Amino acid sequence: MPEYKPKTVYVTYIASTPEKVWEALTSSEFTKKYFWDLSIELEPKLGGAFALRLPDGTAHVQGTVIAWDPPRKLAVTWQVQWPEDFRKLPECRVTYEIAPAGDAVRLIMTESHSWDVPEAILSGGRMGWPAVLSGLKSLLETGKAPAIKMEPPKEMIEAIKSLKL
Amino acid sequence: MSEAGSSFVYVTYIRTTPERLWQALIEPEFTRQFWVDTVQDCDWKVGSSWKLMIPDGRIGDSGEVLEIEPHRRLVLSWQNQFMTEMHAEGASRMTYLLEPQGEMVKLTVTHQINRPVSKLIEAVSTGWPLILSSLKSLLETGASLEATRRWPEGK
Repeated sequence: MPEYKPKTVYVTYIASTPEKVWEALTSSEFTKKYFWDLSIELEPKLGGAFALRLPDGTAHVQGTVIAWDPPRKLAVTWQVQWPEDFRKLPECRVTYEIAPAGDAVRLIMTESHSWDVPEAILSGGRMGWPAVLSGLKSLLETGKAPAIKMEPPKEMIEAIKSLKL
Repeated sequence: MSEAGSSFVYVTYIRTTPERLWQALIEPEFTRQFWVDTVQDCDWKVGSSWKLMIPDGRIGDSGEVLEIEPHRRLVLSWQNQFMTEMHAEGASRMTYLLEPQGEMVKLTVTHQINRPVSKLIEAVSTGWPLILSSLKSLLETGASLEATRRWPEGK
């Protein structure tokens, strides 16, 4: 069985409660506001289906719940579905860990991969996660999420295009 | 980079202006609130000496301003002063880059040292996310995170 190694880790502290952070991570009402305009679908159990959908219903990411411990830990397998080229990527894993930290909450996002994924391909997550999680923090603390537009980095698109697995 | 190095990079997006963010990163009335009650002793010109002062008067870290473009970029040499092992590692290099992005400012902090393994980089890797999260809360809500308002007891 392949071993998944953490390749990208992002830590943020949010003036909120573990329950509210969990809700923001797992409900569409919230994800639509900070996770670009993606809606989350989550069957709330181990083995449950997971998807992030664009407004037109297309799945941007699909996967399965592999850790479910509200409001402390959520982990999903993460298979990118769009753009089409990205489908050839092996699935990775995304883990959220939520812990109280004084009167705030520490959120750790870990993106793990089972192969020697090139830096150019990791660059997508490294660009996206800080924007998504900064947006989550702003939404929970101020009620407003920013509109931070981004496209996948050029080097990521190029690297995936020429990837032979 | 020709030598093996250790680095930590942290990116956050803050709803503020580059001017306000810069002010918060530099001025004592702000750093006291989000940077565990420390203040910086510095003239903020290229070549100026820089010290991060702990509330009890000890110097936490010190170095020099290597590059400065107000509201945009700051590069410091940065050597820990109060922890023996970290002090022995010598000077690291810390960069703030501020880039406006719509209604937000993207802040990139890069902290780097020319050593393959570094206690300093390990320490700042846990410190920066907390301090910068608190800075974001301060600028967006008016209140920093409680855990960052005082220097940790016993340290």
